Amino acid sequence: MRERFRRISKNAVLGTLCYLLAIPAAFADWEINLTEGVTPISRDTFALHMIIFWVCVVIAVVVFGVIIYSLFTFRRSRGAVPDTSMVHSTKMEIVWTIIPIGILVAMAIPAAESLIKIEDTRSPDLTIKVTGYQWKWHYEYLGDSADQFVKSNFGFFSNIDAASNRARQVDSGVDVYQIEHYLRDVDKRVVVPVNRKVRLLLTSNDVLHAWWVPDLGGKRDAIPGFINEMWFQAEETGVYRGQCAELCGRDHGFMPIVVEVQTEEDFAQWVAQNGGAVGGGPADVPGATGDVVAAAAAAAGGAGSSDAVDIELGFDELMSRGEAAYLTNCSACHQPNGQGLEVGGFPALAGSAIAAGELSVHVDQVLNGKAGTAMASFAYLSDTDIAAIITYERNAWGNDTGDIIQPADIQAAR
Amino acid sequence: MAHTSDRYYIPHGSPWPIVGTVALLLLMFGVASALNGAAIGKFSMLAGAVVLLFMLFGWFGVVIKESVDGIYNQQVDRSFRMGMAWFIASEVMFFAAFFGALFYARQIVLPWLGGESNNFFTNFLLWPGFEGTWPSNGPAEIGGEYKPMGPWGLPAINTAILLSSGVTITIAHHALKAGNRGMLILFLGLTWALGLLFVGLQATEYAHAYHDIADGGLGLTLGSGIYGSTFFMLTGFHGLHVTLGATMLIVIWFRCLKGHFTPENHFGFEGVAWYWHFVDVVWLGLFIFVYWL
Amino acid sequence: MSTTAEAHHDHHDAPSGIKRWIFATNHKDIGTMYLVFSGLMFFTGGAMAMIIRAELFQPGLQFVDPGFFNQMTTMHALVMVFGAVMPALVGLANWMVPLMVGAPDMALPRMNNWSFWILPVAAILLVSTLFMGGGAPASGWTMYPPLVLQTGDAFPFLIFSVHLLGMSSIMGAINIVVTIMNMRAPGMGLLKMPLFVWTWLITAYLLILAMPVLAGAVTMLLTDEYFGTSFFNAAGGGDPVMFQHVFWFFGHPEVYIMILPAFGIVSQIIPTFARKPLFGYDSMVYATASIAFLSFIVWAHHMFTVGMPLAGQLFFMFSTMLIAVPTGVKVFNWTATMWKGSLTFETPMLFAVAFLFLFTIGGFSGLMLGITPADFQYHDTYFVVAHFHYTLVPGAVFGIMAGVYFWLPKWTGHMYNEKLGKLHFWLSAIFVNVTFFPQHFVGLAGMPRRIPDYATQFADFNMISSIGAFVFGASQLLFVYIIWSCVRGGEKASTQVWEGAEGLEWTVPSPAPHHTFEVAPEVR
Ligand code: HEA
Ligand code: HEA
Ligand code: HEC
Ligand code: CUA
Ligand SMILES: [Cu+2]
Repeated sequence: MRERFRRISKNAVLGTLCYLLAIPAAFADWEINLTEGVTPISRDTFALHMIIFWVCVVIAVVVFGVIIYSLFTFRRSRGAVPDTSMVHSTKMEIVWTIIPIGILVAMAIPAAESLIKIEDTRSPDLTIKVTGYQWKWHYEYLGDSADQFVKSNFGFFSNIDAASNRARQVDSGVDVYQIEHYLRDVDKRVVVPVNRKVRLLLTSNDVLHAWWVPDLGGKRDAIPGFINEMWFQAEETGVYRGQCAELCGRDHGFMPIVVEVQTEEDFAQWVAQNGGAVGGGPADVPGATGDVVAAAAAAAGGAGSSDAVDIELGFDELMSRGEAAYLTNCSACHQPNGQGLEVGGFPALAGSAIAAGELSVHVDQVLNGKAGTAMASFAYLSDTDIAAIITYERNAWGNDTGDIIQPADIQAAR
Repeated sequence: MAHTSDRYYIPHGSPWPIVGTVALLLLMFGVASALNGAAIGKFSMLAGAVVLLFMLFGWFGVVIKESVDGIYNQQVDRSFRMGMAWFIASEVMFFAAFFGALFYARQIVLPWLGGESNNFFTNFLLWPGFEGTWPSNGPAEIGGEYKPMGPWGLPAINTAILLSSGVTITIAHHALKAGNRGMLILFLGLTWALGLLFVGLQATEYAHAYHDIADGGLGLTLGSGIYGSTFFMLTGFHGLHVTLGATMLIVIWFRCLKGHFTPENHFGFEGVAWYWHFVDVVWLGLFIFVYWL
Repeated sequence: MSTTAEAHHDHHDAPSGIKRWIFATNHKDIGTMYLVFSGLMFFTGGAMAMIIRAELFQPGLQFVDPGFFNQMTTMHALVMVFGAVMPALVGLANWMVPLMVGAPDMALPRMNNWSFWILPVAAILLVSTLFMGGGAPASGWTMYPPLVLQTGDAFPFLIFSVHLLGMSSIMGAINIVVTIMNMRAPGMGLLKMPLFVWTWLITAYLLILAMPVLAGAVTMLLTDEYFGTSFFNAAGGGDPVMFQHVFWFFGHPEVYIMILPAFGIVSQIIPTFARKPLFGYDSMVYATASIAFLSFIVWAHHMFTVGMPLAGQLFFMFSTMLIAVPTGVKVFNWTATMWKGSLTFETPMLFAVAFLFLFTIGGFSGLMLGITPADFQYHDTYFVVAHFHYTLVPGAVFGIMAGVYFWLPKWTGHMYNEKLGKLHFWLSAIFVNVTFFPQHFVGLAGMPRRIPDYATQFADFNMISSIGAFVFGASQLLFVYIIWSCVRGGEKASTQVWEGAEGLEWTVPSPAPHHTFEVAPEVR
């Protein structure tokens, strides 16, 4: 703490200094300016940002200079006598209307140019459909058999990483400085090839979200029922971090995005590993991607175990898998300890009339959600995950029902 | 009696606004609680409505009395006129919000859901096959099958009714200015009668809309997607305004019977007349954009 | 003077006791109530801001649940905007507009009372949601669907309180328009009105045109939630973004509603302490009117990231940039007013000068936000938070504070304590910058707004910002003390109060008697 305060005071001095100098650019490694980023658009935007920033600085210096000069010169204490005849001057007024207009036009031109570039999402090399959920992202790589990288659709969910998630709980007792990339890490990254035009198709499953990785330039909202497009072409390999940028409810602050830009070879390998796990999904079948999504989610979540519903799982396996899936999908609202949250209106599952009561009602609640509340349908999870979660909920936190639910039961209930 | 004061009348203290405030508190608290399913909601709502009525009677009673006593001078009269005019302006903007929603949905949202502009993928991936043409209850066909409301039955009759009520009130106004009491009362009475007739027909139309198609209705409800939403919200709010306007017409009709207005001094009458014309004009907008086009 | 003896025309005393306030029709009493209410709300909203800043003092969650944090953000904004700033400005208008135009009172005194008393009711409905199942609204003050539809029991209370706030504002605005258009003393032509009156006239038009649209927007939310309509639901042919259009059609004029009267106050104060008439009076009026007009065609700059077609984005970018021109005219005119003046720096002038600098900084960041491609990076980050707090706190709020110091002697008949006033000024002016300047940096560096916890690289500037906020907040207690002691006593104020003050309001005694200008003054 002491150490931190010392750093703070040092920063405070520096911060004040650069405020006085008003040149954030000079403090680039101080995290006080926009990132230049690694795409043509982010660099364009950065350049534009610096231009408008300097224009404002220059105007400020001139205007503030005049004001400060008059504050010191025309004081009564220095014997200034008011010139009450000075009430207006058409000439001056025309001048200070025309000059700003000129400056604005000069700014508007490069701005319009970059805007036109940004909106040009045509002919991408790779298209990824990104869906916002409360509070995680789903990525679906859209493929077709002719595609150079992705032959068939595959997808996965990307949640906040477990370490950050644990540390960010109120009173977790974890020093967040000990966690690398606190709140900016995920369990599964989006991987894209370097120097390729990647187009994102953004939508949402529930409320508004916004997809934003500063280094890739700009953000765009994910709107339920609509698809927005954006594109980027990363020119350097590396890992780029961002997060959801549109208020989306309680855990809006905990919806990170991590993009890993790889060489084409590495990327191809990654696709083979991840896309391969689903087998040949129905490519080019818009709208009918649900199965792919569910299957891919299972592939991502389950430690290599197949999702074939005819397999019976043991109690321990269900419980351990259920706990993990619970923490990822449900704990944001119902809390890791199953106690729910009074303030958010999120009910406790420990001792709940549903989670410890009639099994079919419980299954129904998870599969169909409850309309008009934050409890959404989780039917997009795999049968195995849902079975595991329900088994876990019915046997954890003193809900000792002893029930065991198998994937087949879930499939039957769908 | 009736001397016109030479200076602006400033009332000194009035209990009515605070009564109105209490009424609003009870009413709003009541409606909100009722929507949340709380039992006291209804009672609070009822109490609020009663207090509100009491306030309206009280407040307008005082103003009418002051007006009849001739406490108001020309300038006060002008204040009332301007106040009424700007109140109507705010009402216009309230309707503008809903008309805006209608135009936005028709001209922008539906075509986009149908894949136009920069929304090719919206249609291709999310709503394949959906054609964004008006009328529509959306790609998921919310509210099920329905038929849109055509313009040439009751709506056209209603248009004629409202337009003629605009004429009758103007005749009444001229009669008032000419000091022709008989004509005034006749045509003002006719105006509110037409207003009530309109409301009645509108109710019939709603009933018809709400019946299932199988029962010979239109299957059209507030829940029929964007078409049902805009249709009922616009016509519904208009209907409320007509009801309010007709009530005000009845009030001033009684005031006419009592001989409250003089050819020179009849702000109460004019205020209501303006309001009635406003309701009329909104209807024309509705008829054209909601029913017809 | 007329001597008609009417029982209730007891002109020289105020009615006493509680009835004076709840039955009030006197513009000064109502103005006072508005100002007191606004002060209470300022502290309520400020206390919420303190909770926000306390949680953001360090990374990690220390005090509050994330859901509660969002409630604080939402309520802070609603309370500050609708409870503190707008009522304060209406209160100042109530007090000063009749005095400035030589009217005996507001044009519609009973409605004036109603406009005021609806506010506490709306505030009660709004603040009570903090204690409801599911908590207060947590969807941001912008109330975007579908998120806002997840609000619990608070939802209808939110909607109705917005309706009531709107009603109150509309009635207040109508009253102001009518007073200005109908109650001016003979000889006071439109282009002779003080600028505060002008800016309020234009603001009142904005209110009449904008508030009903907000009412419409939230009504659609209500019916979407409870009556099955599909305005904001794509499945039914609606669009969540449609709400944003309707909201910002109100919302952007709303931000000018909060700043134009402050412009007016500054335009009264600077000439007074420069002892020189306002430079370019006519162009000030035209600039205000142009700002008001433009404010209705720029709304979508709040929603550049929603995926509008290119043409729309270009249109809204250009129109937004245009607003810098009339605003610049104002800044230049104020500067020219000080030029060759004879300046002194009493507290109102200090606040006005700080306004000039800091509002301009807020305006510059606004201009940067208006550049669409750059906004793709800035949007929904602390850069935006910094922008609007610069325009709202050292902008609107400093304007209000300047006005309060300026007119306090006229209201109370006493001078406030100048030393303490200056202390209050310096503490406020320094710490408002400590609070909000670093937010530009974290914003540019990538910290989104509306988050209760953040990645560790943002820690340092957040801590500075929080410290600044605590000191800034604590300094406001001084403000209350100064006002309190000025009401209680102090050096007697003269009629003119300030050496350079000109206008009708400075011709009535201090404190201004309960009734003024019962016989209209002649204006040459
Ligand atoms: C009093 C309130 C106030 C005022 C006056 C302004 C003034 C301006 N605002 Fe601001 N704004 C807000 C309150 C205000 N704003 C709020 C509350 C939000 C956020 C809402 C939310 O999302 O919660 C917001 C958000 C906001 C955004 C959206 C950002 C985003 O969410 O991504 C934008 C984008 O264009 C913007 C632009 C502007 C512009 C161009 C001005 C202009 O009027 C500024 C003009 C002034 C100047 C430019 C300075 C003086 C001029 C000169 C000295 C002349 C010479 C200058 C030049 C030629 C450059 N504002
Ligand atoms: C006029 C409007 C107004 C005003 C005056 C303020 C004033 C302040 N605001 Fe506000 N703010 C908004 C309008 C306003 N704000 C809006 C519109 C938003 C956007 C909301 C949204 O995203 O939906 C916002 C959001 C917002 C955020 C971002 C929250 C988030 O994104 O999660 C923050 C964070 O720092 C903040 C801080 C402050 C602070 C420190 C003050 C200070 O100036 C407050 C100072 C006042 C006091 C502190 C009160 C007085 C003193 C006491 C109560 C005594 C006790 C004090 C101590 C013990 C220290 N505000
Ligand atoms: C976005 C927040 C959220 C998430 C995530 C969430 N729930 Fe819920 N859940 C709720 C809310 C809110 C309710 C209460 C609904 C109501 O009002 O009846 C609820 C209710 C329940 C109930 C009924 C409890 C009772 O006693 O009423 C069960 C069981 C349940 N959820 C299971 C789950 C499971 C399993 C998951 C994860 C796969 C999950 N929830 C994820 C918000 C959430
Ligand atoms: Cu998702 Cu914020
Ligand atoms: Cu704006």
